Amino acid sequence: AFFWLVSLLLSSLIWFIAVKASDPRDEPLQKGLLIFGVTFSVLLQEAFRFLYYKLLRKAIKGLVALSEDGCSPISIQQVAYVAGVGFGLMSGAFSMINLLADALGPGTVGIHGDSQLYFLTSAFMTMVLIFLHTFWAILFFHGCEHRRWWEITAVVVMHLVVSGSTFCNTLYMGSLVPSYLLMATAATWAYLLSGGSAQNLRRFLLCK
Amino acid sequence: MITFMNNSDSEEEPCNERTSLMSAESPPVPSYQDGLQASEAGEVQAHRKRRTGSSRSPNNIADGNMSDSGVPVRESTSENEEEELTLKYGAKHVIMLFVPVTLCMIVVVATIKSVRFYTEKNGQLIYTPFSEDTPSVGQRLLNSVLNTIIMISVIVVMTVFLVLLYKYRCYKFIHGWLILSSLMLLFLFTYIYLGEVLKTYNVAMDYPTLFLVIWNFGAVGMICIHWKGPLQLQQAYLIMISALMALVFIKYLPEWSAWVILGAISIYDLMAVLCPKGPLRMLVETAQERNEPIFPALIYSSAMMWTVGMAKPDTAARGPSQQTWDAAEDGRENHRSPSHADPQMSETRSPVPTRPITSFEELEEEERGVKLGLGDFIFYSVLVGKAAATASGDWNTTLACFVAILIGLCLTLLLLAVFKKALPALPISITFGLVFYFSTDNLVRPFMDTLASHQLYI
Repeated sequence: AFFWLVSLLLSSLIWFIAVKASDPRDEPLQKGLLIFGVTFSVLLQEAFRFLYYKLLRKAIKGLVALSEDGCSPISIQQVAYVAGVGFGLMSGAFSMINLLADALGPGTVGIHGDSQLYFLTSAFMTMVLIFLHTFWAILFFHGCEHRRWWEITAVVVMHLVVSGSTFCNTLYMGSLVPSYLLMATAATWAYLLSGGSAQNLRRFLLCK
Repeated sequence: MITFMNNSDSEEEPCNERTSLMSAESPPVPSYQDGLQASEAGEVQAHRKRRTGSSRSPNNIADGNMSDSGVPVRESTSENEEEELTLKYGAKHVIMLFVPVTLCMIVVVATIKSVRFYTEKNGQLIYTPFSEDTPSVGQRLLNSVLNTIIMISVIVVMTVFLVLLYKYRCYKFIHGWLILSSLMLLFLFTYIYLGEVLKTYNVAMDYPTLFLVIWNFGAVGMICIHWKGPLQLQQAYLIMISALMALVFIKYLPEWSAWVILGAISIYDLMAVLCPKGPLRMLVETAQERNEPIFPALIYSSAMMWTVGMAKPDTAARGPSQQTWDAAEDGRENHRSPSHADPQMSETRSPVPTRPITSFEELEEEERGVKLGLGDFIFYSVLVGKAAATASGDWNTTLACFVAILIGLCLTLLLLAVFKKALPALPISITFGLVFYFSTDNLVRPFMDTLASHQLYI
């Protein structure tokens, strides 16, 4: 969570500087700057995920060195899961909490001609992002562990696609549907990587 | 109101620095000593210094004494075990400290957001005489710096006074001071708080009921804090008292002064705990030399020190009485003691031996607690509360400061495990908190607002 926060901080800094340095009345420029800010932020988030991976790797090595029987009390997959949840929660909290606070107050949604489903779609989008962060972290850490660069690039590309899809956002079809599809893909991929299989799933569902 | 506030302010000063470090009354069990010592050493005393007093070092001194007496059979394995124990206990203690700090902050933020009283400007404390309603920025800055200087000097004076009292064994005076402080905090501030909350929710309460409620609350609080009581209840009271104190600070400190004071306090904390001539360090060292715990009412301890059987009776008496931050003048000073995480060697909780043997040593090993000074709680909550009260980005800033403070606390505890001596809890967390507050409020907020208005997600 802290790492996500720091990445958000740095990306906001860059965006802020860019905005202040540019002309506030120029609409397309502002929109362009926003797109630039979003892309940069996504890339920075992934970079911080990588840094976090490095840090956790060192920590696990330390734990292994200290433990009596040479195996660490926490596996890298658990760590990946926790890291993902942390990232996701922080990003979700930052996206939703002001919205929720405003939702408690008086007002009508979409009174100025905007979409009336604003709250609902925001909620769904945030949820999908939280899940995605969790799965991405598992995939990312797995890719780093086994030196599979294509996994890492896949995660980064997926993140960019999801963020990019939110650009067509009052047309909710364009953003929510792809995001959910990507989430389903990432979920099955992460599940398979963590050692799950169709058999495990069946056994779990039938409570054996 | 203002006079009281002023008084309580001064009281808070000296209270901060108390940190009970060493478990002077650890039983002489060599085989466990090293492990215990190591674990204890691992617990860093995070000093919570609000204003004065840094009592940090007892930990180190105690450790030194203990390890001399203990005789590890196999050096390397015992060292490894120690480190492992340290880490294991360290991680557990981080969690044990996260919960109360989070609770305190939640109470403060919830109150700030709902009760208008604490965000209205109704005057200032006598310790911050310069007003901030000046037209020019430079004048305002100057006033806040002057306010800070006055506040910090009051804190320093109170801490030094407390250290002197402790050195010359004027225990009765100190105890009386602490009791008066906690009395005032528990009764007066609670009355005001309850009154404001009832006003906000438009709930009527008659005086007899009010009297009953406050009397019970205050009396049980006094007993729990200064004498014996269930651990959870004592911790709850300490948290409530810290929250009340933090609310008072948030209300009566003007904007810029509050931020400058937070910064200055963490620098002071750093110096008072780590410099060899620092008052807190002297306090801690004196306590260690005399083999006594530091005033219980100023420290939050995550594990109780109910010594079982062989324990000396005064340990039992002192351990449970965690001195809380006394709102009263005395209390304030005491609360100022820096917070340090202190592993309590002889902290044992009576119902919990996990292994079948109920020897004292085993019990000792179970409940090694971490101690954090109440001043730290208060300052963390002041930072988060101020962020909630004054930030225009509302919840994002509050959340960012909260995460920053917790991570700072984590890092401090990590350093504690590495350095094994009392450390100031304020600097790292407050620095992170301040950095995140200002940057989130000014940089992240416009970004997130623009993103939210276009419904973009990153």
